[in-house]
Amino acid sequence: MLEQILASLDESEREAIDEEELQVLERVESELVTFPSEPSHLLPILQHIQARHGYLPKLALRLVADYVGVAIGKVYGIATFYNQFRFNPPGRNPIKVCLGTACHVKGGDIILENFERRLGIREGETTADREYSLERVACIGCCALAPAVVVGDKVEAYVTPSKVEGIITEIEVRKEMAAREQKKNETANG
Amino acid sequence: MKQPTGSPVERLAVLGAAAGEAVERLRQSPVPVIEVGCATCGRAAGALETIAGFEEALAANGVEAEIRRVGCLGHCYAEPLVTIRYPGFPPLLYQKIGPGEAGILVRSFLKDGSDPCYEYLIGALEPDENFPTLMDYPRYLFEKRVVMEQCGLIDPEDIDHYLAAGGYRALAEGLEKGGEWVLEEVKAANLRGRGGAGFPAGRKWEIARSVDKTRVIICNGDEGDPGAYMDRTLLESNPHQVLEGLILAALAIGAGRALFYIRAEYPLAVEIMEKAIAAARERNLLGEDILGSGFTLEVGVFKGSGAFVCGEETALISSLSGHRGMPRPRPPYPAVAGLDGLPTIINNVKTLSTVPAIIRNGHQWFHEIGTENSPGTAIFSVVGEVEYPGLVEVPMGVTLAHLVNDICGGVKDGKALKAVQIGGPSGGCLPVSLLDTEIDFDSLKKVGAMMGSGGLVIMNEDTCMVEVARYFTDFTQGESCGKCTFCRIGTHHLREILKSITIGEGRIEELEDLEEISTSVIKGSLCSLGKTAPNPVLTTLRFFRDEYLAHIEEKRCPARMCRNLTAFYIDLEACARGCDACVACCPTEAIFTTSNRKKAIDQEKCVKCGECVYACPPEYDAVRRVSPPELIPDQGVQPLDSGAGSEKEQ
Repeated sequence: MLEQILASLDESEREAIDEEELQVLERVESELVTFPSEPSHLLPILQHIQARHGYLPKLALRLVADYVGVAIGKVYGIATFYNQFRFNPPGRNPIKVCLGTACHVKGGDIILENFERRLGIREGETTADREYSLERVACIGCCALAPAVVVGDKVEAYVTPSKVEGIITEIEVRKEMAAREQKKNETANG
Repeated sequence: MKQPTGSPVERLAVLGAAAGEAVERLRQSPVPVIEVGCATCGRAAGALETIAGFEEALAANGVEAEIRRVGCLGHCYAEPLVTIRYPGFPPLLYQKIGPGEAGILVRSFLKDGSDPCYEYLIGALEPDENFPTLMDYPRYLFEKRVVMEQCGLIDPEDIDHYLAAGGYRALAEGLEKGGEWVLEEVKAANLRGRGGAGFPAGRKWEIARSVDKTRVIICNGDEGDPGAYMDRTLLESNPHQVLEGLILAALAIGAGRALFYIRAEYPLAVEIMEKAIAAARERNLLGEDILGSGFTLEVGVFKGSGAFVCGEETALISSLSGHRGMPRPRPPYPAVAGLDGLPTIINNVKTLSTVPAIIRNGHQWFHEIGTENSPGTAIFSVVGEVEYPGLVEVPMGVTLAHLVNDICGGVKDGKALKAVQIGGPSGGCLPVSLLDTEIDFDSLKKVGAMMGSGGLVIMNEDTCMVEVARYFTDFTQGESCGKCTFCRIGTHHLREILKSITIGEGRIEELEDLEEISTSVIKGSLCSLGKTAPNPVLTTLRFFRDEYLAHIEEKRCPARMCRNLTAFYIDLEACARGCDACVACCPTEAIFTTSNRKKAIDQEKCVKCGECVYACPPEYDAVRRVSPPELIPDQGVQPLDSGAGSEKEQ
């Protein structure tokens, strides 16, 4: 199925697909068979791809459409309707800023702005090195701890502009330490 | 596992006794038990770090204790919450326990029982001579816990805890007396739907029961209202109670299929509910021939993908069938023709959670709580600028003033209360003058708000009501499914007008436009999302018109919240020479040192985040916020290095 789709693309489209995306697509194809090929299972299928691979590659939508036997437009329509789905790969440290009512009243938009400024990307984007991605979410249900931010799987409570700096610094420090550790191991082994 | 025999009640008695023994063994254990609140909110406040802190300290001090994870008590201001059961002491509840406090508790209390650390203690869970009990606090005393009774006290992942507390007794009784009896009981109790609209659950069930097809029951856990999280808490902290309610409802309508619809943003709730379903199946509380009654039911979990409109029944069904979650005209009502054309009942998490208590205690008992037309309790998530935010369960009919001032400790930092936003994006902002409004389905509707899902956001003098209206309209516009033109385009225009007012470009005649568009959106929309979307605009226009006028006529934001209309400056009289607190915190390096070595703000660079206000030491308190920005006084500020820099250049 994937081969046919790839064959149907013109050259520039094919070149736009990098090795990583190709691997994701191959895995998506092999995972699809675990689902019933009925249109009523579209949402669970898309949720699965999103959960497993972090995003919905464009061609994966075509794979899904072919698999359940509906037009690509229908799959695209569903995927864009729900807030959960994204269409570009997330960063290694996905950051979700809560903009629910309580967070808004306590200045959630200022927090979002600070992340945008600090990371140099806009909401909905991923940094060029794929280290960070930034999103806004409607409410994560931690209203008593507003403003809240989800970094990876961890919820950060009572965030302030200076804590934004702290969050990013903590990630950077951890990355640096991991890199040094790796280097140490390499020299020890070599 | 081996199943007991006999009637449902007898079988349950066997299960209950076994569970009781297991829990009692735990209670009597000579080893102290540490219970940590680990619902999503507890985790956000650092509950997992607290557990790690306990583990480390226990190991370092050679103390033996058992650590268990419980749900959420609803007292979010005091998270992470820890309960310690030490032999010879009543169960003691501690607040704000981080890893450091955990270490102190282990060394001073858990090691030898010498010092129960009064400094972190809230109180004892049971009456005791030597300790204050929770009932000594207004927050606990005025609450009436029916649905949330066990939340935060039992282990949500262990079915024995629920069984030992009398869980599934209502189900056994229902199975013995039959579905019709359950239906009559709920109808007599006049249990009104807790999802917001307040339609009597029993009447809805009756409609479905009268249709002769396979019936479907769905628990609506698609809590999309930003600012409300009680459904999440119930699912995470006492999943079996929701499940028991769902099975009872299925019994009452004679359903053949049952489903939980839980939003994907609540991964922990999904996980805990799946575990609960498996545990209930294992004990024959679900599955084939439940407790030997002949009634068979399977329950599935469906994850919603995040769309506010899916809280609407027909949109929810459309999303379950693999489509975009768009509502359709009614009738036919889902109770007659819903999922796959089958009669479908959709009940909110709170509604179903109330059912077991009604069946256990009878409908007369339920009528003793709350008001005549809205019996029972209401759960609110009280958040925003309030002293003790969290989940509160009160009898219906309590006034807003009692809820905000007495139970939740009033507005934070002694500031003045401005408005109470109730019911989320579909609700309204009520001013202080309406605080005597009683909380029930009908009274709230009368003043232009609605119960909604029970979100209650407290706003103080620093919250701009125009901005709040803009925020909610922005939300509903983003969540409008696009089917009805008035909802799709109308909310867009509302938002654009509100936006222009908040940046100081509003025109006076636009206030009329706002009202006219709002009325049209209400009339021209199919579902409640559109029908209630203008509520925040209309209520703020009605109760806070002066704020709209100030924005338009004076280009002034009275709350000094709208950033285009405000500015920050540093009062040179109050600023302290040589202090650098604000410089260090400014994210845009807008603060510079003046020629007399005090600080000033470069208005070009300032993004008005307000961080310097918090950074400025309270003894100086030198940062001022003004609206409109022209009010900044001319203090003759000169940068320090302007002269020095030019000298160097020469």
